[in-house]
Amino acid sequence: MAALLALVGLGAVFGAVLGFAAVRFRTEGNPIAEQINDILPQTQCGQCGYPGCRPYAEAIASGDAAINKCPPGGEAGIQALAALLDVEAIPLDEEHGEEKVKAVAYIREAECIGCTKCIQACPVDAILGAAKQMHTVIASECTGCDLCLEPCPVDCIDMISEPQSVQNWHWPLPDTASRQPQIIATDAGQTQDRAA
Amino acid sequence: MRKIFDFHGGIHPPENKHQSLQRPIRDAGIPPRLVLPLSQHIGAPASPVVAVGERVLKGQLIAEALGFVSVPVHAPTSGTIVAIEDRLVAHPSGLLAPCIVIATDGLDEWTSLVAPPDYRDMTTRELLARIRDAGIAGMGGAGFPTAVKLTTKPGSAVATLIINGTECEPYITADDILMRECPDRIVEGVNILRQLLQPGEILIGVEDNKPEAIAALRAAATGSAIEVVSFPTKYPSGGEKQLIELLTGEQVPSGGLPLDVGVICQNIGSVVAIADAVVRGQPLISRITTVTGEAVAEPGNFSVLLGTPMNYLLAQAGYQPGRNRRLVMGGPMMGFTVPDASVPIVKTTNCLLAPSEAELPVPPPAQACIRCGMCAQACPASLLPQQLFWFAQAREFDKLEQHNLFDCIECGACSWACPSNIPLVQYYRASKAEILQLRREHAKAEQSRMRFEARQARIAQEEAAREAKRAARKLAAEQRAQTAAAGGEGVEDPIQAAIDRAKAKKAAQQVVATRATTETGERDKLEKAVVTTRARLDTASSKLEQARAEGSDLVDALQLGVDKTRAKLEAAELALQAFVDAGQTAPQQAVPTDAASVAIARAVAARAADAALDPVEKARAQLAGLEQRLAKTRARLAASRSKGEEEKIIGILVSTEAALEEKVSAARAQLNGKGDT
Repeated sequence: MAALLALVGLGAVFGAVLGFAAVRFRTEGNPIAEQINDILPQTQCGQCGYPGCRPYAEAIASGDAAINKCPPGGEAGIQALAALLDVEAIPLDEEHGEEKVKAVAYIREAECIGCTKCIQACPVDAILGAAKQMHTVIASECTGCDLCLEPCPVDCIDMISEPQSVQNWHWPLPDTASRQPQIIATDAGQTQDRAA
Repeated sequence: MRKIFDFHGGIHPPENKHQSLQRPIRDAGIPPRLVLPLSQHIGAPASPVVAVGERVLKGQLIAEALGFVSVPVHAPTSGTIVAIEDRLVAHPSGLLAPCIVIATDGLDEWTSLVAPPDYRDMTTRELLARIRDAGIAGMGGAGFPTAVKLTTKPGSAVATLIINGTECEPYITADDILMRECPDRIVEGVNILRQLLQPGEILIGVEDNKPEAIAALRAAATGSAIEVVSFPTKYPSGGEKQLIELLTGEQVPSGGLPLDVGVICQNIGSVVAIADAVVRGQPLISRITTVTGEAVAEPGNFSVLLGTPMNYLLAQAGYQPGRNRRLVMGGPMMGFTVPDASVPIVKTTNCLLAPSEAELPVPPPAQACIRCGMCAQACPASLLPQQLFWFAQAREFDKLEQHNLFDCIECGACSWACPSNIPLVQYYRASKAEILQLRREHAKAEQSRMRFEARQARIAQEEAAREAKRAARKLAAEQRAQTAAAGGEGVEDPIQAAIDRAKAKKAAQQVVATRATTETGERDKLEKAVVTTRARLDTASSKLEQARAEGSDLVDALQLGVDKTRAKLEAAELALQAFVDAGQTAPQQAVPTDAASVAIARAVAARAADAALDPVEKARAQLAGLEQRLAKTRARLAASRSKGEEEKIIGILVSTEAALEEKVSAARAQLNGKGDT
């Protein structure tokens, strides 16, 4: 009898603790979708077929979408998603586009007619302008999603990739291929070939 | 005697300092062209304030600082600006960077220097502004803006000011020679810093391989609060964090600044530049650079104008390009190969190393890591270089960060110690840069996400506002309708009744109209069929007559046709008759509404006719109607009587006859009266 009471008592206490914790420490939203969204590049380009990065993140979280539909995220993004979700990394789905060098939109201002179509298309409000006024892109806010190119009636928008400068250059990883040890004399030529 | 602490690891590479210490500081002179990069420091590049073709004087501002972490650039000598363009600079990337090019005129004409007030009378703010305006950036190699480094947060006390005269890297002697030759200027600079920072103690740390420098400094510092501390030579004791640990025993926390342990460090070269700026008002336009290596005949230290091309400086030291395979800016441990000998000397160029092939050979090919642990023993930051190497190879950036990659000072001790010749520091540099880039990208992605979500919210809000407006309009319309209806019910019931009546009437009229049109349509059709069939019969009959008269063969056929047509005509006539009969019976069979509507229609027609007639005519018509009705009733009564119908019906008919007789006589009297008038 005492044992029964003890067990029931323990059950009641732990049940109460769990119930309290479930209410007190409830997580808002889907934490997995949140983490996936954190990895996605937030270009909001829609190349994955979803209307923005968050819907794609939610689709991945619910298992509706594969992790290889994000060209701006590229291979690195797929690797990160694979590591997060503990699935195998798969190559980028060519159907949704290919990984490109990051670029920003640039409006050839002399040709702009001020139609505001690109402003409506920009998912991050990075284009400044008004009707019948020349528009311009806030380069630091542009995600390079290409969404403004299509609606422009006069094709005055270019995508320009940032040129390499002393400011954005960084040391590359050592080139291991060209520094292969040539221990055996007959291997020497082959190593050179492989490096070339 | 001060207690000297020790830091973990460290190495003892060959010093090779004596070569460049044989001669005193020489003046490198004025080259024909000076190339001044706008970015000679860490932070935002300066912005040019001169135009091409403009003549500038020595010490004149030619590019101003852009932002807080930035320093201006001054003209090192008088001359003309010939270009502001991208030039090759001393950078490992070999990329071009914006530069101001001055064609010197050899006059070396100073701009009018503002005579500075005594620094003892200046406030902290004024001192910092002067240091900043003089364009001073850390002269030890990193080039961090000195004014920024000296800006302390209010309330944070500087316990120890350390002047870094260690110069631990092999070959370099620029600070050593400065300490030997100009100890007074150093003490002067230290006094300014004391005024600025009010430190608890001031230490000048010098390795014990520079006895002349220590002696000179001690002589100059006698009587002041400055303590010159010497400690055993070990690479990299000149690293800021290592020096702090050596002298104070305290470790700068990971990711922290020296100020977190109450210490500020300054390089010897920077201290001299501060003295020149604050006491003499001279901006930073020249520096001491060591030119050494086996490929120069006369190694030594030069006082060189910033922007001097390296090959001009090398020529002064007897450069033998044939013996030199690569030119290194900085020392053999932390320096990098410059892309071309024409690149300019900048604020951070403490050494130009022109080694011979034997002196600094190409590193042999890297071999596999044997996990010997020598790198870990050598690491002055107590890291695990081989673990970092594995993670860097696998690009496991989060693991690299967990293993404190960012505490690496890139001193190169691990690479030097590695028996497999693995270029470990290169891996760390590349990984650090990549992680920083990823962080920047992530920050930008976060920014984009916020902007995207803000936009979504705004669009939703606008949509909601539109929807609300629409709903409000709808509600208002409904309310109007309701008040109207409520008013009708409460006050003017007859109006509503009239509307209803009118509606009913209209509906009834419509029904009648449709009935009429369908009936007439049907009837027309039938009549038309009868007429056309009759016409056809007539033509057929005439043709038959003609054929008979002519005695044609076709008589039989025509006879058949006439018969058929006649049959059709009969059928059509029958149909028409049937329809007419049905039309006559239909009103009796029709539903009450139809009867009512017919009655209404008749009434409407009668009223219209009434309105058209004049009163006499009207009365006469009325009389005629009444007489007709009377005659009908009498006939009906006679029929009923003859048939022997019920008493009740006969009674009603009799009373009706009486009422009608009365009405007829009244109408006749009225008509007579009207006719008289």
